[in-house]
Amino acid sequence: MPANYGFNAADLIRFLPETILSVMGTLLMVLDPILHRRSSHAFGHLSMATLVAAIGGAVYAYTHAGPAFGGMLMVDGFATFFRVLVLVVGILTILPSYRFLARQDAETGEYHALLIFSIAGQSMMVAANDLIVVFIGLEISSIASYVLAGYFRDDKRSNEAALKYFLLGSFATAFFLYGVALIYGSTGSVNLTAARAAILGQGTGGTVPAPVFIGVAAALMFVGLGFKVSAAPFQIWAPDVYQGAPTPVAAFLSAGPKAAAFAVFLRIFMTAFEPIGGAWEPLVWFSALASMTIGNFAALMQTNIKRMLAYSSIAHAGYVLVALTARSQVGTAAAMFYLAAYALMNIGAFAAVSHLSGRGERYQNIEDFSGLGQKQPLTAAMLSIFLLSLIGVPLTGGFFGKFYIFKAALESHLVWLTVLGLLNSAVAAYYYLRILVMMYMHEPGEAVENAEPLSTGLRAALILPAIGTLLLGIFPGWVLEFAEKSAALVK
Amino acid sequence: MNLPTLILALPLVGFLVALLVPRSSPRGSRIWALAISLATFAASLALPAVFDRGVPGPQLTLNVPWIATPDIHYHVAVDGVSLWLVLLSTFLTPICVLVSWRSIQNRVKEFFAFLLLLEFGLVGVFLAQDLFLFYVFWEVSLVPMYFLIGIWGHERRIYAAVKFFLFTMTGSVLMLAAIIYLYTRTQTFSYPAIVELIWSGRLTFAPGEQMLLFLAFFAAFAIKVPIFPLHTWLPDAHVEAPVAGSVMLASVMLKMGTYGILHFCLPLFPSAARTCAPWIVVLAIIGIVYGALVAMVQPNMKKLVAYSSVSHLGFVVLGIFTFTQMGLDGAVYQMLNHGISTGALFVFVGLLYERRHSLEISDYGGVATAAPWLATAFLVTTLASIGLPMLNNFVGEFLVLQGAAIANFKWAIYAAIGVILSACYMLWMYQRVFYGEVTEKVRRCVADLTPREWAVVIPLIAMMVWMGVYSQSFLPPVSRTTARVLEQTQVNVPFEVRVEHPPRVPAEAANAR
Repeated sequence: MPANYGFNAADLIRFLPETILSVMGTLLMVLDPILHRRSSHAFGHLSMATLVAAIGGAVYAYTHAGPAFGGMLMVDGFATFFRVLVLVVGILTILPSYRFLARQDAETGEYHALLIFSIAGQSMMVAANDLIVVFIGLEISSIASYVLAGYFRDDKRSNEAALKYFLLGSFATAFFLYGVALIYGSTGSVNLTAARAAILGQGTGGTVPAPVFIGVAAALMFVGLGFKVSAAPFQIWAPDVYQGAPTPVAAFLSAGPKAAAFAVFLRIFMTAFEPIGGAWEPLVWFSALASMTIGNFAALMQTNIKRMLAYSSIAHAGYVLVALTARSQVGTAAAMFYLAAYALMNIGAFAAVSHLSGRGERYQNIEDFSGLGQKQPLTAAMLSIFLLSLIGVPLTGGFFGKFYIFKAALESHLVWLTVLGLLNSAVAAYYYLRILVMMYMHEPGEAVENAEPLSTGLRAALILPAIGTLLLGIFPGWVLEFAEKSAALVK
Repeated sequence: MNLPTLILALPLVGFLVALLVPRSSPRGSRIWALAISLATFAASLALPAVFDRGVPGPQLTLNVPWIATPDIHYHVAVDGVSLWLVLLSTFLTPICVLVSWRSIQNRVKEFFAFLLLLEFGLVGVFLAQDLFLFYVFWEVSLVPMYFLIGIWGHERRIYAAVKFFLFTMTGSVLMLAAIIYLYTRTQTFSYPAIVELIWSGRLTFAPGEQMLLFLAFFAAFAIKVPIFPLHTWLPDAHVEAPVAGSVMLASVMLKMGTYGILHFCLPLFPSAARTCAPWIVVLAIIGIVYGALVAMVQPNMKKLVAYSSVSHLGFVVLGIFTFTQMGLDGAVYQMLNHGISTGALFVFVGLLYERRHSLEISDYGGVATAAPWLATAFLVTTLASIGLPMLNNFVGEFLVLQGAAIANFKWAIYAAIGVILSACYMLWMYQRVFYGEVTEKVRRCVADLTPREWAVVIPLIAMMVWMGVYSQSFLPPVSRTTARVLEQTQVNVPFEVRVEHPPRVPAEAANAR
C-alpha cells in the first residue's frame, strides 16, 4: 500500500486537541518569564482554559470521525472517550495544584507546560492506529512525566522518584520498541489494521508471518505497556514514584498515563493481536491475578497514604486486566468504564491527600487523617465517597466498574479469576476502611488541627469527582452506552 | 403512588434532609428523624391493609427499567414474608430514635442521618425483586451500620466495626459472583423471572454448578445470620454498638440472612439446598446449643443477649431446612419474634446502661426495688424470650420444633435442649440483675421508666402479647408464601412432604393450595 503523505482539512480537525495542547504548552513555556512576577495563578487559569478548549476540540473532532494522516490516527468513539478522559484528568490535576504549588512557592509555567505536554502525548497515544505514532505519543507523555515526578528539585524523594521512573520507564519503552520492530519485520507494516490483516494471512504479501515472531512481539509490548499501567510483575516502581512525586503529580500519574496506556493496550491487543488471543490470554490472566493480589496485600501494610494509594492503583490495574483477559467487546467496554470511574475516584482521593499534606508535604501518614470528620466534614465526606467507591460499594462508580468487569469475565467463562478477583476486593476493603476509621473514629491530630480551610480549587477538585463518582454509580448507562458503542469500533 | 416505593423513599428523603439540618441544632435532627421514621411507619401500616392475603407471590409490584445494559430494573414488591419484615424495620426505627434521644450526645446529626440511611437499606433488601437491586441494598445497609458501630460504639468499637464490615463483605462478594453468573445464564436479574425459568424447567443447572451457586449465596447469608461457626463477628458487633445499632442489627439485619436463605437459596437452588440440609441443620443445632451454653457463662449482659441471638437464629435456620410447612412458618414467625423480643432486650440493657454505666451483671442487683416498672417490663420480655406460652416466641419455637419433629425427630430433641437452656440463662440473669440486695449505687442511679421510655416499651410489649395470643393476624400470609416456597423447592426433586397431623394454623394455607 503506497503511503499517503498529504493531508487535508479533515485530518487537521481530527488532530485538533493535540494541536491545541502543543501550541498552548509551548506558549506557556514562553510566557513563563513574562507572567511569572505578576500573577502566579495565571498559568493555572491558562492551562485550565487550554484543557477545556481541547475537550471542545476532541468533541468537535468526533463529529468528523474517521482515520487521519493516511490511517496513522483513528478518531473514533474509543479515541474520543479516552481523549476526553485524559483531558478531564488534566483538569482535575490542575485544580488541587493551585493551592498545592502556592503552598510550596512553586507556581511556575514550567509545571503546567509539562503537564499539558504529557496530556498531549496521551491524547495522541489513544487516537493512534499506528505503532510509531503510539511510540511518539508514549515518549512525549513519559518524558514530560519523568520531569514532573522530579519537579521538586531540592527534595531528595522527588529526585529519587524521577530517576527511578526515568530509568525503569526508558527500559520498558525499549521493550515496547523491540516489539514494534518485530511486528514491522514480520508483517511489513506498523499500521495496526495492516498488521492484523497480515497476521490473519490477508496481508499484501499473502504469507502468514511466523507465529513465534508475533508471539514474541506481543510479549515484548506487554512488558512495555505493563510497566506503564503498573501491572505485576512490572509494578515495582509505582510506590516509590508516587510517594516521591508531588501529590498532584502522583494523582496524575495514577490516572492519566495509566488510562492512555490501557487505551493503547486495548487497541493493540484487541485489533492486531486479537487473532492470537489464545496465546496471550494466560499471560494477561496471570498478570491480572498477580497485580490484584500483590497490590492489595502490600497495601494492607502501608502507613504512608501515598504508598498505599500506589499499591491500590496496582490492584486496580489488575481489575482492568481482568477485563482485558475477557477478550470481548463487553470486556473492552467494561475496561473503559472502569478507567473512567477509577480516574475520578483516585484523583479525588489524591486531592484530599494533597489538601492535608501541608507545607513540604509533611503529613502523608494514614494517622494524619485522624479526626478529619470532625474538623472538616466536607473534605472527609468527599474522601469517604472516593474510598467507598474504591472499595466497590454500590451506588458508586467503582462498584459498577467492578461489576461490569467481572460480568465480562464470567461471560468469557473466567470463573476462577472472577472469584479470586472479588475476594481480593474484600481484602482491599480493609485498608480503605483504615482511613475511614481514622477520619471518623479518632480524635483530631496535629495534621488536621493545622489543616487550612478548603480553597476554591480544592473544593472543586473534591466535589466534581465526587459528583462524577456518584453519577457513574447511579446512572452508569450514560457512560456505558457510549463505551459499548465505541468498543465495537476498536477493530 | 406505589406503596413499597413510598416506604422506601421516605427514609431516603429523610436521610438527605437530615444532612442539611444544621449541626448546631441536635434537637432539630432528633425531631426530624422521629417525624420521618414515624411517617414511614405510618405509610407501612397501610401495607397489611392493601395486601391481598389470597395471593402467595409478590404483589404491589413496581417494575421500571433503571439501567439498560445490563438489564437492571428498579423492581420492588412485597410478599407474605417481606410484608412483616418491612413492618418490623419501620416499627423499630422510631423506637431506635427514641432510645437514642438522650444517649447520643456527640455528632447527633450524623447519627440520625445514618439511622435513616440504614432503614432505607434494610427496607430495600426486603422489597427488592431484582437480584442486582437486592445486592445494592444489601451493601448499602452495611455502610451506615459500620459507622454506627464505629463512631458511637464502646471501647473496642473500631475492631468490631471493621470485623463486621469485612466478614459481611467477604460473604457478599461471593454472592455477587453468583448473581452475575446467574445473569450470564439467564440474561436477566429479575428474581421472579429466574424462578419462573427454573420452575418451568427452561433453566437447569448441573449438580456441581447448582451446588457452587447455592454455596456462594449461602455464604453471604450464613455470615449475616450468623450460622455457627461464622458467628464470631456478632458478639463483638453487638457489644460494641450503641443501643440503636444493637437493636437494628439484632432485630432486622440478622433477618436479612434468614430472609435471603428462604427467599433466594431455596427457590433458586432446590436440590442443592436439600442436599446440604442435613449438614446445615447440624450447624444450626450446634448454634442453638452452643449459643445457649456460651450465653449462660457471660458476665456481660449485652454479650449474653448477643449469644442468645446466635441460639435463637439457629431455630430459624433449623425451621427453614426442615422443608416442612410448619418449620418454614415457624422460622418466619421466629424471625419476627426475635426481632421484637431481642430488640426489646437490647433496649432494656441500653436503659440500664444509661443509668448505671455498666454492662456487667455483677454491678447490678436489686434493681426491682429501685425501679419496679422497669423490672416488670424486663420480666415480660425475658419470659417472651424464653418462650412462655401466650407470648410471641412460644408460637414460633413450637412450630419450628414440630416441623423438625416431622422431618427428623432427633433434630427436635436436640433443638429443645436450647429452649430449656434459654430459660436457664435468661432467668438466671434476671435474678442476678433485678433481685437480691439493692446496693446503694443501684438505688441512687437506677430510676424508673420516664414517659419517653414508656413510649418505647409499651409498643414492644404490646406486640409480644399480640403476637403470642393471636398469631392469626400474622401467620396466614406468611403461610401462603412459605407454601409457595416449599412448592418451588420440589422442582426436580422427587420428595414428598409428609404432614400427618395438619396443624391448626397452616391448615388454611394447605386448603388454599
